[in-house]
Amino acid sequence: MTASNTKPAKRKRQSRRVPAALLAPAVIGLAFLILPLAGLLARTPWAELPARLAEPEMLAALRLSLLTATAATALSLLFGVPIAWLLARGDFPGRSVLRALVTVPLVLPPVVGGVALLLVFGRNGIIGSWLYDRFDITIPFTTTAVILAMTFVSMPFLVVSVEGALRGADLRFEEAAATLGAGRWTVFTHVTLPMVAPGVLAGAVLCWARALGEFGATITFAGNFPGRTQTMPLAVYLALQTDLEAAIVLSLILLAVSVIVLASLRDRWTATP
Amino acid sequence: MNATTPEGLDAHLVVERGAFRIDLRLHVAPGETVALLGPNGAGKTTALRALAGLEALTDGHIALNGAVLDGAACSTVPPEDRRIGVVFQDYLLFPHLTAIDNVAFGPRRRGTGRAEARALASAWLDRVGLAGFGKRRPKQLSGGQAQRVALARALAADPALLLLDEPLAALDARTRLDTRAELHRHLAEHTGPAIVVTHDPVDALMLADRLVVVEDGRAVQEGDAESVTARPRTDYIARLVGLNLYRGKASGTAIRLDSGAVLTAAEALEGEAFAAFPPSAVALYRSEPDGSPRNTWEATVAGVHRHGDHLRVQLDGPLRAAADVTPAAAAQLGLEPGQRIWAAVKATEIRAYPA
Repeated sequence: MTASNTKPAKRKRQSRRVPAALLAPAVIGLAFLILPLAGLLARTPWAELPARLAEPEMLAALRLSLLTATAATALSLLFGVPIAWLLARGDFPGRSVLRALVTVPLVLPPVVGGVALLLVFGRNGIIGSWLYDRFDITIPFTTTAVILAMTFVSMPFLVVSVEGALRGADLRFEEAAATLGAGRWTVFTHVTLPMVAPGVLAGAVLCWARALGEFGATITFAGNFPGRTQTMPLAVYLALQTDLEAAIVLSLILLAVSVIVLASLRDRWTATP
Repeated sequence: MNATTPEGLDAHLVVERGAFRIDLRLHVAPGETVALLGPNGAGKTTALRALAGLEALTDGHIALNGAVLDGAACSTVPPEDRRIGVVFQDYLLFPHLTAIDNVAFGPRRRGTGRAEARALASAWLDRVGLAGFGKRRPKQLSGGQAQRVALARALAADPALLLLDEPLAALDARTRLDTRAELHRHLAEHTGPAIVVTHDPVDALMLADRLVVVEDGRAVQEGDAESVTARPRTDYIARLVGLNLYRGKASGTAIRLDSGAVLTAAEALEGEAFAAFPPSAVALYRSEPDGSPRNTWEATVAGVHRHGDHLRVQLDGPLRAAADVTPAAAAQLGLEPGQRIWAAVKATEIRAYPA
């Protein structure tokens, strides 16, 4: 190889080299993120795993978690997509204030959210007392409470994601649909929604994952009753105090679900449509 | 206002947005294609959007086949109820739908059943020469194919008025030629009025029965291709068709230009007038020519560049003009910027017409 040939190759490698000042903290940070997960895997009692997974309490918690997280996601879609549309397309005073309010649950400590829900939907709460007096319905410490708590903390994820997608959508496609005879609702269902579908799906997945991991609001508002309100994170916390291995197995399942969700999000919805 | 029959389009479009204003009267008969020709930013697309109902009128009215769609006397009819088909500049085919579903979109919205709409869409794809492309997504189509799907989509909705916004602008030269010929055929078959917006004079001349030249939101000239190109009334059109154009006051065969120079034409005329002549009519000499009555003046060569198989010389002086010479003549004259030269145009080459 001649000198003139090696030169560009060398320069290319040089330009790719990461400065040490960036590399060192990056490596430490990565280790910090990855090591706990590795530790979890290392401590997993693999031999007992099948028997552990078949335990009825474990299955009940898993079933409840999947059910309530899915229900919370469905509720978030039903109400969150219209909210996102209002925030992205609506033209009314106080829109920015409304947007800030919608995102409050993102930064609010979940326990505070649980307390707030209890104050509204509790038996002495504004809505809760009315529901109890009129219909004899009690919400706190039920599976419904779990779903409401999850919806409260996870819906903002969906709203933010869908609003971003709606803002990025090209309005001219909607105009084209209108010239073809589509009314506003048809434009929304046949053009807007399909075109922002990747954003809606990404938001729904984020929302579902957040609901699945919900702990603080749930334990405050719904309590910790096995089979009824004891979701996976609650079961992990409880198991930690009595049976470390059970906590590890439960955590492993949550980790597996998270990784699967993340992987599918990566492959399908973050790729270019 | 002239009393047009209720058939076709009768519109007076006034749209104001800040300092920008368009004020345009349009009458298009059924089966007629009118081209809105003008430079970018003249307000052509705004006019089209106002017709389609995508832009509100500040004043004026839009009536289509006798029905008022917009105006002071009635509430504005929304775009979905106007039955006005639009072919957008970048087509705007719905990316999540196949070609056939894109074309079927209009018929479906007008209440046609799913199967029937698909059959109709399939027939339209056939008509635009895209049989077998129905299952493709827009991004799997070439520019020319996407253009034809967009046309089929607009026509399949059975529009009472067809609007095309720069329908050929996004295509490369070769595709453009084929697509233009095909588009012309479909426009001829369309029984309603049609309006094509373009900044390309060739598209306008080939596709339209009548041209409306739009500048700064106003119609500055109107007529068939022949009259507009032979007797341009603005610098924009003169440049497009390659003519030297001047405005002045005619008195007999002499036209005194605003710059003070005087041109002599063959026909006599009185009052405000235009004078136009092609660059090929200009002859260049190293010294003052003598002989028959004609227009001669001394000019400075401002620039020389290749134009087709001859050279175009830009002349500065009392009369700014473009002149075409053969390369041989240019070599003989030794043309270079800054050089003083004599220019001559025969009176019979100068077209004079009232302003």
